[in-house]
Amino acid sequence: MSTAPEHSPTMARSSVADRLAPYAPLMLVPVLAIAGLIAVQNPASWLTLTVSGLAMGMMIFLMASGLTLVFGLMDVINFGHGAFVSVGAFIGISVLLTLGHLTNAPSLGLNLLAILAAVLAAMAATAVMGWAFERVIVKPVYGNHLSQILVTMGGLIIAEQLIIVLWGPEEIYFTRPEALKGALTFGDAAIEKYRLVTVGVGLAVFAAMRFVLRRTKIGLIVRAGVQNGEMVAALGYRLRLVFIGVFIAGSALAGLGGVMWGLYQEVITAHMGNQAMILIFIVVIIGGLGSVEGCFIGALLVGLLQNYIAFVEPKLALVSNIALMVAILMWRPMGMIPVVKAK
Amino acid sequence: MIRTLLSGDLPRSRVLALLLAVILTCLAFAPFLFPGVRTVDTAARICIFIVLVASYDLLLGYGGIVSFAHTMFFGMGAYGVALTSTHMGRGFDALAIGSITGAALAAVLALLIGLFSLRVRAIFFAMITLAVASAVAVLVSQLSGLTGGEDGLTFKIPRELGPAFKFGKETFDGALFGVKLNGKLLTYYLIFGGSALLFLALLRVVNSPFGRVLQAIRENDFRAEAIGYKVVYYRVTATCLSAAIAALSGSLYAIWLRYVGPDTTLSMTIMIDILLMVVIGGMGTIYGAVIGATLFVLAQNYLQNLMGVLSSMTEGLPLLPELLSPDRWLLWLGVLFILSVYFFPSGVVGRLRGQR
Repeated sequence: MSTAPEHSPTMARSSVADRLAPYAPLMLVPVLAIAGLIAVQNPASWLTLTVSGLAMGMMIFLMASGLTLVFGLMDVINFGHGAFVSVGAFIGISVLLTLGHLTNAPSLGLNLLAILAAVLAAMAATAVMGWAFERVIVKPVYGNHLSQILVTMGGLIIAEQLIIVLWGPEEIYFTRPEALKGALTFGDAAIEKYRLVTVGVGLAVFAAMRFVLRRTKIGLIVRAGVQNGEMVAALGYRLRLVFIGVFIAGSALAGLGGVMWGLYQEVITAHMGNQAMILIFIVVIIGGLGSVEGCFIGALLVGLLQNYIAFVEPKLALVSNIALMVAILMWRPMGMIPVVKAK
Repeated sequence: MIRTLLSGDLPRSRVLALLLAVILTCLAFAPFLFPGVRTVDTAARICIFIVLVASYDLLLGYGGIVSFAHTMFFGMGAYGVALTSTHMGRGFDALAIGSITGAALAAVLALLIGLFSLRVRAIFFAMITLAVASAVAVLVSQLSGLTGGEDGLTFKIPRELGPAFKFGKETFDGALFGVKLNGKLLTYYLIFGGSALLFLALLRVVNSPFGRVLQAIRENDFRAEAIGYKVVYYRVTATCLSAAIAALSGSLYAIWLRYVGPDTTLSMTIMIDILLMVVIGGMGTIYGAVIGATLFVLAQNYLQNLMGVLSSMTEGLPLLPELLSPDRWLLWLGVLFILSVYFFPSGVVGRLRGQR
C-alpha cells in the first residue's frame, strides 16, 4: 500500500544527487571495476580478471533470471531451480561428448555446430523438465511459501539423486572444443576465448529479454503481472498460461546457464546446481526480487567482486559474496531495484 | 506432577501418549534393554536429534520461520566443545566452557542474522540463511589450522566418560543386569539427561505466553503487529533461543562422538534430515520431534540394509538395482518428503491428535 502523493507540489528542480539516485545501482558496476583496478594495480591482470568476472556474472544472470521472474509473477519461490542447472549441464555435456568427432575437429564451424546442438538439447530437456516440475511439484502449493520451499527442496533432492542414478556418482571431466581453447593476448593481458563467448551470450540473452519484456505484448503482460497480478487477471488475461511460459523459459535459461557453467569449469558434478543455487539466491536478493535489471547488475557485481578478491586476498573470496549482500541490503533492504512489494 | 513437567501440554491422544511412553522407556533404559554398541549409539543419536529437531520446530512450526542455518548452530556447539577440549586439555570444565561459549556465539550470530533479515520477509530469511550457512561450511573446511578442515577434530573427553573407566566394583561387582558399568554408560546418561532437560525446556517455552504470541505471528503477522506485539522482537528471540538450544545439542553430539567434522555437523544433508524429521513428525507440535527423529534415525540405520537386500534381489533388471542401492537412500527420502508435505501436512502427531 503506497501513501497518497503530496498535495503541495514544489516547482524546484531536484538536486543532482536526487536525479542520480535511480541510476545508482547501474553506477555500481563501473565503480567496482575502477576500485578493482586500484586494488589490483596491474592493468593487464585487471583486464583478465574483469573479463572473467563479467563472464561469471553473465552465467549467474542466465541461471538467476528465470527464478526472479517466476517469483515476481506468481510469488512462487523455487528452491529447486538449481536442479535445472545440473540437468542442463549433464545433458549438454553428454551431447558434446557423443559428438566427439565434431568437437575435436579443428574447424570453428563444426565446433559451433556441436555446441549449438548441446545447448539446444539441454534447453529442450530443461524446458520439458520445468513444465513437469510446475505441473507435479509446484502446482498444488500455490500461495503457501512454507510448503513451496519444502516441496521444491524435495524436488531438488530427487533431481540430484536421479542424475547420480543415470550418470553415476563420479564427476565428469572433459575439455572444451578446439576452437574455444586457448586465449587471446592484448599486450600483457591474456583473455580466454571462451570467456569472451560467455560475455557475448550473456549480453545477447539480456538484450533479448529486455526486448521481449519492454517491446512486446507478452512482455507488457508479464511486467504488469509482476506489478499487480490480480489486476491483470481481472482484465481477462490468462496469467496462469503466461506464468507457465515464464517458468518454462526460466528453466530453459537455467539449463543454458548450466551448459555454459559446465564448459567454463570443464568438470560437472551432480551437486553443481546446489552450489550454483547459493550464488543465484545472493544475486536475486541483492538485485531485488522480481527485477531482471537488478538481477543482471547483481550478477555482474558478484562475478567481478569474487574475481578481484580472489586475486587480491584469496582467503576472503568465500565470504566476499556474503559481505556484498550485507552491504547492499544495509543500503537498500529490498534489494537494488525492488519490483515486488513487501508481503 | 507430569502436567507440570510437560508444561500443561499433554499428548492429547492415547496412541500418541503410548508411543511417547514406549520411546521414553526405550531411550531411558537403552543400554540395558538393547546392549550392543550399535543400538546404544542409535539411541544416543535419537536423543540428540530429538532436541535438535524440537529446537527447529520452535522456529518452523511455531514461528513459521524457514531457516537453513540450523546445522550451522548445531556445528557451532560441536566445534565449541571440540576446540576447548583440544586447547584446554580434557576436563569437565572444558566441556562446560565449550558448550556455553558455543551456545552464546550461536545466539549472537542468530541475533545478527535475524536483526538483519527478519525485518523484511520470510523468503529473504530462508535464502539468506542458506547462503550464510554454506559460506560458514566452506569456511570451516578451509580454515584447516583452526578446525582441522575436512578431517575434522578428534579430541579427548574426561576420563570418567571413557569406556576405560570402571565403577561400582564393590557394590555391584562392576556390572548391573549383565551390563558393564563403565564411562560409556555414564556418557549415555549424560546425553539422555541433557537432552531430556533441553526438551522439557523447549516444551516450557512453546507453552508460555511467548510461544502463544509466536503462534499468533505465524498465523497472521499483520494482525499480531496490530494488536501491539513487536513481531520482529518475537521472531528474533525465537531464532536466538532455537540457535542456542541447537548449539547445546551439537555439544552433546560432539561429546558422544568425541569427534567433529564438517560432514557430521555442518553438511546440507543433515539440514535436509532435520527438515524431514520435522515434517514427518508434525510441525508445530514439539512432540512431533520425538516421533520424527525416532522414526527417521531408525529408518536411516535399518532401512538402508533392507534397500541393499532389495537391490541385490533385483540385480538382473535394468536401472532398478541402481534406484534401490543403499546410497540412493536420499532419493526415496526426497519422494517421501514431497508426499508427506502434500498428503500428510500435519505429520504423525497431527494425524493422531485429529482422530482422537
